[in-house]
Amino acid sequence: MIANYGYKDGSGDYYISIDTDKCIDCAADRACQTACPKEMFETITDDYDDEVTWVKRANCRTLAYDCTECKPAGGYTSLPCTSACTPGAIRHSW
Amino acid sequence: MNAEVKAAVAPEKKEFWRWQENTWFDESRNWRDGSIVTCGIDVGSVSSQAVLVVDGELYGYNSMRTGNNSPDSAKNALQGIMDKIGMKLEDIDYVVGTGYGRVNVPFAHKAITEIACHARGANYMGGNQVRTILDMGGQDCKAIHCDDKGKVTNFLMNDKCAAGTGRGMEVISDLMQIPIAELGPRSFEVDEEPEAVSSVCVVFAKSEALALLKAGYTKNKVIAAYCQAMAERVVSLLERIGVEEGFFITGGIAKNPGVVRRIEKLLGIKALDTKIDSQIAGALGAALFGHTLMQKQGAKKAA
Repeated sequence: MIANYGYKDGSGDYYISIDTDKCIDCAADRACQTACPKEMFETITDDYDDEVTWVKRANCRTLAYDCTECKPAGGYTSLPCTSACTPGAIRHSW
Repeated sequence: MNAEVKAAVAPEKKEFWRWQENTWFDESRNWRDGSIVTCGIDVGSVSSQAVLVVDGELYGYNSMRTGNNSPDSAKNALQGIMDKIGMKLEDIDYVVGTGYGRVNVPFAHKAITEIACHARGANYMGGNQVRTILDMGGQDCKAIHCDDKGKVTNFLMNDKCAAGTGRGMEVISDLMQIPIAELGPRSFEVDEEPEAVSSVCVVFAKSEALALLKAGYTKNKVIAAYCQAMAERVVSLLERIGVEEGFFITGGIAKNPGVVRRIEKLLGIKALDTKIDSQIAGALGAALFGHTLMQKQGAKKAA
């Protein structure tokens, strides 16, 4: 399942997509959760009883701001969460 | 001399946005003849539904406005249908809560997200050919892909902005002083299709609608412009996850042909029809999940 967390408003689309099929048996030992400086990711049991990572509800409406310091202007050349996710489950829409 | 003084009474304010609450049950069946009775309760931000499923088939439902607290809304929604059919809470084998208030349904055995429940409900209502679901709820909008069993394969939601939601339509209904059920049909009573209102924000769309009225637009033309804006808004969400054949719309706005027909035109595909109230999709899916869970437990009542 592709789970898209985030929002669309007048300024644009801000979604983090997580491919939960790659996430169920995470080969990276959920490294995204420690890599994110804002600690936005956590493990949940989804509606189909699979243990997957999601973006915390509190961050879903503020992604544009929460992710700012990891974007190029913040000095990162690659996003910590996508780099840590070696199975390639995480993508940003912006 | 008796001077009669009457207190000035303010005229009663009509609430044009109020949509029709309704209750239905299948009079051709008796729930007592069934072996598994499950219930889905969808406590949404604007409406609450209780759906009863008997042996995996829709039996009855009650759809009403959400009150100021979730537990009471859940109780009232369920009581509304139970009273009609002479059922008590202990007659229900399993209750699943969904929607924004799902964790506050006091008698629920399990809570499941509205995304999974809408997919499951749409699969029941539209058949197993349903692949793309658009749920236009009271205060959010969801685009969902599912497989032939109603299992979610991709989803996206937008609950930050009220544009493209039922609440946005309610605001326009009140502003135009036209009952919400009439907005859709009236949006087609225009000489030519206007451009969509440009604002993507409900607050600014309201100001823009007022400006259009002052500029000489008829009410119908303003409504048409707003329906078009809403359609464009939700289609942009749908396009993010892609649209497959087997398109189905749930939620209150599915009852508004002014928005639905414009979405169909933009996408170039027709939405699947159903005779079941589009607003109950989430609660229906929840009740169906309950039925599956009961079957897995093998906890059937003695026949």
